[in-house]
Amino acid sequence: MKAPEFDYVRARSLEEVFSLLDEYGDEARILAGGQTLLATLNMRLSEPQILVDIGGLSALKQVSVVGDALRIGTMVTHAEIEDSAVVRKHAPLLSEVAPFVAHRAIRNLGTLGGSIAFADPAAEWPCILVAMRGVVIAQGVEGQRRILADEFFIDLYTTALRPGEIIVALDIPLSGPNSIYAFDELTRRHGDYAIVGAVITGEASKEGFLKDARIVFLGTGNTPDRAHAVEQQLETTPLTRAAAATFARALDITPGGDLYNSAETKLHLARVTLERLLAKLAQKLEVPEHG
Amino acid sequence: MVERQPIRLVVNGKSVTTTVEPRMHLIDFLRDELQIKGARVGCEHGVCGACTVRLNGQMVRGCLVLAVRTTNCTVETLEGASDRGDLAALQAAFHARNALQCGFCTAGMLLAAAELVATRPDSSREEIREFMSGNYCRCTGYQAIIDAIEDVLSARSGSVAGGKKC
Amino acid sequence: MLTPLKSEQRIADELRYIGAPVPRPNALRLLQGRGVYVDDIVLPRMAHVVYWRSPIAHGRITSFDASFATMMPGVIGVFGAEDIADICTPWVGTLAHLPGMKSPPQYPLAPGHLCWQGEPVFAVVAETRHQAEDALAYLRIEWDELPVVANMERALDPDSPLIHPELGDNLCLTRTIDNGAVDATFASADVVVEESYRFGRHTGVTMETRSVLADFNAAEHTLTVYHSHQAPHMMQDLYSRHLNLPEASVRVICKDVGGSFGIKVHSYPDDFATVALSKLLKRPIKFIADRLESFVSDVHARDHLVKARLAATKDGRILAFEIDDLTGVGPYSVYPRTSGIEGNQVLNITGGPYQHANYRARLRVVFQNKPPMSQYRGVGHPIACAVTEGIVDLAASTLGIDPLVFRKMNVMHDDAYPRTGASGIKLEGLSHDACLSRIERMADYDGLRDEQRRLRGDSVYRGIGIAAMVELTNPGPAFYGIGGARIAAQDGATVRLDAGGGITVMVSVGEQGQGSETIFAQIAADTLSMPIGRVRVITGDTSVTPYGGGTWASRGAGIGGEAVLQASNALGMQLIEFACAVHQRSPEGLKLFNGQVMDVENSAFLSDLKDLASQAYFRPDTLPRDFQPELSATRHYSQRDYPFVFTNGVHVSYVEVDVDTGMVKLLKHWVVEDCGRVINPMLVDEQIRGAVVQGIGGVLFEECLYDEAGLLKNGSMADYLVPMAAEMPDIEIAHIETRTKTSALGAKGAGEAGSAGAPAAVMNAINDALAPFHARVTSQPITPEKILVALGKVKPGRV
Repeated sequence: MKAPEFDYVRARSLEEVFSLLDEYGDEARILAGGQTLLATLNMRLSEPQILVDIGGLSALKQVSVVGDALRIGTMVTHAEIEDSAVVRKHAPLLSEVAPFVAHRAIRNLGTLGGSIAFADPAAEWPCILVAMRGVVIAQGVEGQRRILADEFFIDLYTTALRPGEIIVALDIPLSGPNSIYAFDELTRRHGDYAIVGAVITGEASKEGFLKDARIVFLGTGNTPDRAHAVEQQLETTPLTRAAAATFARALDITPGGDLYNSAETKLHLARVTLERLLAKLAQKLEVPEHG
Repeated sequence: MVERQPIRLVVNGKSVTTTVEPRMHLIDFLRDELQIKGARVGCEHGVCGACTVRLNGQMVRGCLVLAVRTTNCTVETLEGASDRGDLAALQAAFHARNALQCGFCTAGMLLAAAELVATRPDSSREEIREFMSGNYCRCTGYQAIIDAIEDVLSARSGSVAGGKKC
Repeated sequence: MLTPLKSEQRIADELRYIGAPVPRPNALRLLQGRGVYVDDIVLPRMAHVVYWRSPIAHGRITSFDASFATMMPGVIGVFGAEDIADICTPWVGTLAHLPGMKSPPQYPLAPGHLCWQGEPVFAVVAETRHQAEDALAYLRIEWDELPVVANMERALDPDSPLIHPELGDNLCLTRTIDNGAVDATFASADVVVEESYRFGRHTGVTMETRSVLADFNAAEHTLTVYHSHQAPHMMQDLYSRHLNLPEASVRVICKDVGGSFGIKVHSYPDDFATVALSKLLKRPIKFIADRLESFVSDVHARDHLVKARLAATKDGRILAFEIDDLTGVGPYSVYPRTSGIEGNQVLNITGGPYQHANYRARLRVVFQNKPPMSQYRGVGHPIACAVTEGIVDLAASTLGIDPLVFRKMNVMHDDAYPRTGASGIKLEGLSHDACLSRIERMADYDGLRDEQRRLRGDSVYRGIGIAAMVELTNPGPAFYGIGGARIAAQDGATVRLDAGGGITVMVSVGEQGQGSETIFAQIAADTLSMPIGRVRVITGDTSVTPYGGGTWASRGAGIGGEAVLQASNALGMQLIEFACAVHQRSPEGLKLFNGQVMDVENSAFLSDLKDLASQAYFRPDTLPRDFQPELSATRHYSQRDYPFVFTNGVHVSYVEVDVDTGMVKLLKHWVVEDCGRVINPMLVDEQIRGAVVQGIGGVLFEECLYDEAGLLKNGSMADYLVPMAAEMPDIEIAHIETRTKTSALGAKGAGEAGSAGAPAAVMNAINDALAPFHARVTSQPITPEKILVALGKVKPGRV
């Protein structure tokens, strides 16, 4: 279908962005990569009055190391993350996950910030951000603030951004020498939104523990789902391949169903995915130099 | 009534200066305003890939690009890439393998294949399949397309023919 | 070379092109993005139409106000049924040879009774599509809802709501076959197996959506329609009759068509409405369905529930099949080919490959408040084959016999033709034995079984699925003509030597990418012994080509090709005759070779066809007074020896099932297909591959999911899953060639064989993989959840 009419401004500064957001309120949408927004508009699912294009703000396109974090500007595309040597060095999990995001043509334009702001629980980046203990840097007329990923995703398509605020960058803690991770998602077709996906991050300890583990699911709830019970068990029990099944049985998330999969199926698939990822990490713990 | 906004871009090597309604996506702009029909509409959700064009040298879904954003950009459609010979090897391989039937997905397939050949020339057959999986084809069943791309990659690397015709 | 012909039924002795993998000349423009599809055509004063479609499955309009919409920028008008009632008459989608079939009259725009979500009701015409869509939002329409028939299993319940009360019930058609002694056979058989199979409603999802550009010329009272369609003459006939225009005043042109697969062989209410609006408004009107409306307005297919049973002896001989097919179509039977053909073919085709004398089948076609359903690639074969091959596998495993061995025992053997099948199908000559042997070697069946056994030890579950199939092609007039439909079952070709020495071939069968134009060029070039580069083919224009049927039921090569062969032969004879007049020779001494006329004995050159053409067209004064050269020949061909010319084939699918996730990986697929003479092996193989993948769509991915209110839940490309490249297997193909004697060309059809056998083979492979768990899945599409339910890993939560 053809999109409904809307007005358009290519913002020349952040101030202009905030001023327009203030003026138009709910009737304005931020245009970043447009890969989600424009599809929505083409289906006439939404009829905003004005699109505020932030694509011209070069400050939002940077990737750099800032202190102990990798700072990725909101307008950095999925393709740029996929291809970036800096990202591969400091946050290799991002490099590994990027190819799972849709398809390359979408990745050439779609942005990390756009994905985080849209907060689709079936998307990869919100889940990864939580798993990596990322920080959202939001900015509005009142200035910048930092929002922990854990506190950012509130409900389906709902974030902690206040009206008039946009995401300007994401901070990802630099990966350290003992950081290990595993990611997988189940899709019926490559590039689809996953039925279920999970990422596990943590620090490998010499005693065979996965410390500071975070286990986050995508596609199961209205926001990225943390498997708190399993995370806690990992603090006290070594992660071995034999134990993977036991850990997985302790999974405490309650997924909802979707068009093709009942809630029970999702839970089953979540457990299977978790067990497989834990087994993979257990293997890495056995061979520490590969961690 | 929303005002039309000025844009100035290069399309298939030619400079274009005009105004557009903000809501007009790049494909409708190319087709309806510039009469360039090689850019096609398949779904307008960004899923099927029939609308693939090149924006600043990279493949994109034209239905998910607003024409109003393309000022100072270069846009290339299949016709443009074809006319300057950029796709000759792929076109010949597609023709020889019958990697197209109705032709509606072909613009997307060729431009995606070209990006793969240019950026991932060491792709395995499985990797080719994955990369091309963003483009829907209903006619071919995909194998001939994969074979054609393998033929081009083999020829480039000078290795013994990797394209097996089963 | 063409030696003098003693009969009209000859093919050139030396075949340069027939049988060769000639690349398609018409692909070159498509490779450059320079094809011409309907949406590419722009006419002066062209306007666009969009349709307001019923948002509910069943209801009645109670009020309608277009006053705001009409005021929107660019709007030319808003129209409803009464505005075009005088321009276009309604239709009824029944045929006389489907006795008892009922369907009520259907109108281009629904006059008030809303019968499916997606039914076109009001038309908004504007200068641009954007403006028309903007105006849609301002239509003020109110409706009452009526109870919905959305479950075909309850459509015939006594207390079911009736979609059309005047018909008395929701039954569109019923039919039974009862041959042999079915009850006695089942009662006394050593082994009886029973299973039910479900097939999810799905649709074609052509890359190019349905497109019509109607151009009514008010001065001449003529109508030109640019149509993305498979059967231009059929549409010419329909538009002429329903708009009360002389047939000669209607021209239908099919240029490049972006995929059709049967979806575009039907007539649609919005097609008629678009054409009527062009007549009403006296200007070109363009209708391009967008993707969202395609999901609710394109013809759907394959909504079937089939209960099946098979009787066999303990030593593995099949004695009987019995099926009961319930299929839920839309609220109207599709026009003019009806919504009964798919079910009819399920009845005719089930059990097809196998020897048996006892067969009973019942078909019930019921109306539903869902989009109309009708022919889509394979038309009943995917269902018949899956049911047959599924129950055959079940019998084999019950008897403890290897499924390939079981099939080899029971197929009709290659030396036993012609014969009639238990359902009544007449078979000229098939090659099941040869195909099974060939695929056994090709797929290394024993090697696959070894690998399967070995990997089971490692808890890796692979499955091998076999599907033998028969498929109808090259239909005679029995298919539609005898039912009263004005659908041509014959086709014609005109072959002409042009002034410059080239050959122009005009054929009534066109193409939508399958390569028909190329094979026609191959046939003409070989028959006339011309370099293929000098042959040009024209199709898809009712004003230019002979009158014919178009593409459907895999008839392009067999029927269109034969017409080209016969017309080329005839022209060849005329050219020899012409050369004789010029050179004072007699026909048996001359031949055509490589665009020239030569002496048969010593190959001495006599004339170039280019020079003969010039002489005929420009210098007839140099010819004998009593001789008039004819440089054009038209021949028509219809297949009248059999109701259909059947082909046969066999598929093998090799899969791996992840029994923890239910995910299926398609490792490899093989097809051995016997479609008679293969004119272009590359094109045929690609047709088979495309059809296999389409069949995979049905067995693993595609379904139109409806809720109880008859509303589509997954009507977008994001939610409706079509096969994409990463999940598809490589498909290896081989051919056996049992030429049909019904034509000189000997070619049968091949376009649908892939979609007929692939679902059966994949389903059987999955069940073979699950065999160690005594789990079976019989509901397509086979989703991961259905596999997990069969394995007992999750409880069933949905059908």
